[in-house]
Amino acid sequence: MKHAHPAPTERAAAAGVSPDAASEAMEKARLDRQTDEGAQEMQRTPRELVVTGGLWPEDDETMIVNMGPQHPSTHGVLRVMMELDGETVLRVKPVIGYLHTGMEKTGEELTYVQGGTNVTRMDYLAPLSNETVFALAVERLLDVEIPPRATWIRTMLCEISRLESHLLFQATNGMDIGALSMMIYGWREREEVLRYKETITGLRMNHNFIRPGGVAADLPDGWQQSTLDLCDTVERGMRDYEDLLNDNPIWLERLVGVGVITTEQALALGASGPILRSTGFPWDLRKAQPYLAYDQVDFDVIYTENGDCYDRYLIRLNEIRESLKIVRQCVEKMPAGDYRVQDRKITPPPRARIDESMEALIHHFKLFTEGFRVPPGETYVAIESPRGEIGCYLVSDATGKPVRMHIRGPSFYNLQSMEAMVEGALVADAVAIISSVDPVMGEVDR
Amino acid sequence: MSALLGSDPLLIGDIDFTVVVIVIVKTVLVFALLLVAVMFYIWFMRKVIADMQNRIGPQRAGPFGILQTLADGIKLFFKEQSEPATADKRVFRLAPYLSILPAFLAFAIVPIGGVVTIGDHRTQLQLADPPIGVLFLLAMSGIGLYGVMLAGWSSGSKYPLLGAVRASAQLLSYEAAMGLAIVAVLIQSGTLSTREIVDGQAWDGLGSIIGRGDTHWFLVPTIVSFVIFLIAAMAETNHPPFDLVEAEQELVGGFHTEYTGIRFAIFFLAEFMNLITMCAIAVTLFLGGPSGPSLTGLGIDAGSWLNVWVMPVVWFMVKLLVLLYATVWVRASLPRLRYDQLMNLGWKLLIEIAFVWAMITAVLKVAQDVGAGAIDIIITAACALVGGFVILGILYLCIPKREEVEEIK
Repeated sequence: MKHAHPAPTERAAAAGVSPDAASEAMEKARLDRQTDEGAQEMQRTPRELVVTGGLWPEDDETMIVNMGPQHPSTHGVLRVMMELDGETVLRVKPVIGYLHTGMEKTGEELTYVQGGTNVTRMDYLAPLSNETVFALAVERLLDVEIPPRATWIRTMLCEISRLESHLLFQATNGMDIGALSMMIYGWREREEVLRYKETITGLRMNHNFIRPGGVAADLPDGWQQSTLDLCDTVERGMRDYEDLLNDNPIWLERLVGVGVITTEQALALGASGPILRSTGFPWDLRKAQPYLAYDQVDFDVIYTENGDCYDRYLIRLNEIRESLKIVRQCVEKMPAGDYRVQDRKITPPPRARIDESMEALIHHFKLFTEGFRVPPGETYVAIESPRGEIGCYLVSDATGKPVRMHIRGPSFYNLQSMEAMVEGALVADAVAIISSVDPVMGEVDR
Repeated sequence: MSALLGSDPLLIGDIDFTVVVIVIVKTVLVFALLLVAVMFYIWFMRKVIADMQNRIGPQRAGPFGILQTLADGIKLFFKEQSEPATADKRVFRLAPYLSILPAFLAFAIVPIGGVVTIGDHRTQLQLADPPIGVLFLLAMSGIGLYGVMLAGWSSGSKYPLLGAVRASAQLLSYEAAMGLAIVAVLIQSGTLSTREIVDGQAWDGLGSIIGRGDTHWFLVPTIVSFVIFLIAAMAETNHPPFDLVEAEQELVGGFHTEYTGIRFAIFFLAEFMNLITMCAIAVTLFLGGPSGPSLTGLGIDAGSWLNVWVMPVVWFMVKLLVLLYATVWVRASLPRLRYDQLMNLGWKLLIEIAFVWAMITAVLKVAQDVGAGAIDIIITAACALVGGFVILGILYLCIPKREEVEEIK
């Protein structure tokens, strides 16, 4: 791949051709430039380090391929630039920002009450994790104690969210490897999860259900039965996945030993979640720094030793099972009581009170126009989202809006590790690896 | 002349106007049959896969959605045809037709039914029966590669180029395995003519299926070749799990990424046609083609139109449908192989097995022909095996080792 093009006129002069041919040459050079779009971005800069050495060809016989942002297997609008020698990927560079919507900046313009609607759209495959981390950060600044029922509802919904996200991973991963039935099976169970979430929160996605001060509403009547039914449905579906794929020779051949990453690399690159756990490092914030009610439920941290795509697939599959275990325990242990703090400065009064109490009306009005004031300070709260450590950094200056809100999106950091995994692999492996990183671009770009 | 035209009684003797008309009618019928079969197959495939995946599948166009393919075809026909500015325009336009023509031609040699009488003329229910029928099939599937390769190459774009490179390597590799798989059948039949191959497998009671009886299907004596043939045929036609050439998750659309409208439709048509042709050939070579029990047992005269016209065609279609269902099943359940794994499977496994099986078939066939006993066969086979290994060993010692090659470099 040539990076520099001689000026069209120079070309024409060198070839000694007529003006007509010169304009043709100019047209050709223009097209060359188009085809080589992004070639500049792939030019090596001194600060760029090569993770795996010895792969550089002596000659210039490589091809730069843009995979994405519109490509069937780049999970939204990820753009991956690959330098190929035949089918072998020599270098890879993820280009992000195609879904950048300025959510962190928007968060500074929204009150803490409105913040939930904003953050829930980041990792749109596990929206309840985002809401939880934001709510926990605000509550830590407020220094309020949340009623136990709210905590348990949050725990349960976080796990439901994990289910949803991992089921979708099974679907997309299957699709990327070419197992199209797996795709439909994964979507099938996820659809059930979404229906369930609609009965609980009123919305299928982007719920804004977990809010600072508790949750938006109490669990509906008969939630125990519908939750247990959901668990059974998902468990039934998982048997299908395992029968279809776990021992499938082609599946094993495509995933085992592909995209290997070591613990050192994963830690150095900031990867967390299933990627880190697949390298034999059992790091799970639910165990390491228990939050919500995770210290009161019984579950295992799934981890494996090989750090390849198959391990990441297995981890996510078995985490579904662990999540089901937690959800069932939540159903069993769900305490009675309030589902949000009864502090009128933070949570709105019940609808009925507004008609009879002036105080209640004022609180309601103030809360939804200017929100509540948060004591000055800064905090960082991290929880384990399906993709890894999701963190919320908040700075408050005693007004109703944060001065700074930053979300540590796990996909963003995990995406860095993709580079180390892909180099030297084949194109088909690159697809499997991108899939096993499971990035959500909404969270990467925020 | 007659040697070239094969065994069709229609073309032996004088060729008058009626004969020409019959040939033209047969041509049109085969053409239409293949088109309708593709239309039906796509609908069938989508319905079956939908059923396996808890979906409904096409259901809007026509009863049970059976006209869905027609609707898709009409839509594609009226779509704008775009050409990339960097494309080699002439080749780009030519490629789809290079792809579909061999698909049509290959089907011409498939015997669909028995020998029937039209007016005064007796003719076979098959478009052509060249004495080199099977070679013709291999030639056509080889030429079909040009369409795919030129399409990818002339698009002037990177993904199609990768697809074209994959296509050429994949199709060439599996051509070898397929050819060797066919050899086993040819040893059994002793002829290349598809009509004679089918005649050699004529129905002779239920024993025909398992290789008993005077004439029997070649399925049991060549069962390994049958499996290899099916695998190779799927690889030849870019059927999942071998659809690397157009792997959408890797290469967007592979060789047809830049194609739109009717040209794109033609590629798809050709691909499914090739698949149907390959399955039809598998039926012909291994499953006896139109051979199957007639209705004489039900008291229907052997010369009745039911037994002469209908039943052979019915048996052919039933066998074809079973094979096509198997391909749909594979499509729905298997993930895609990787490029190097595909090559390994082809070169390191299928070709070897097909080769060894062809040799075993040959030994058995010769032994059967000369009337040798079991002990003779075993001794011969053992000698052949030892000799083979000795030759392989000598060859292995002659080949420079990898380290030596690197030293030389």
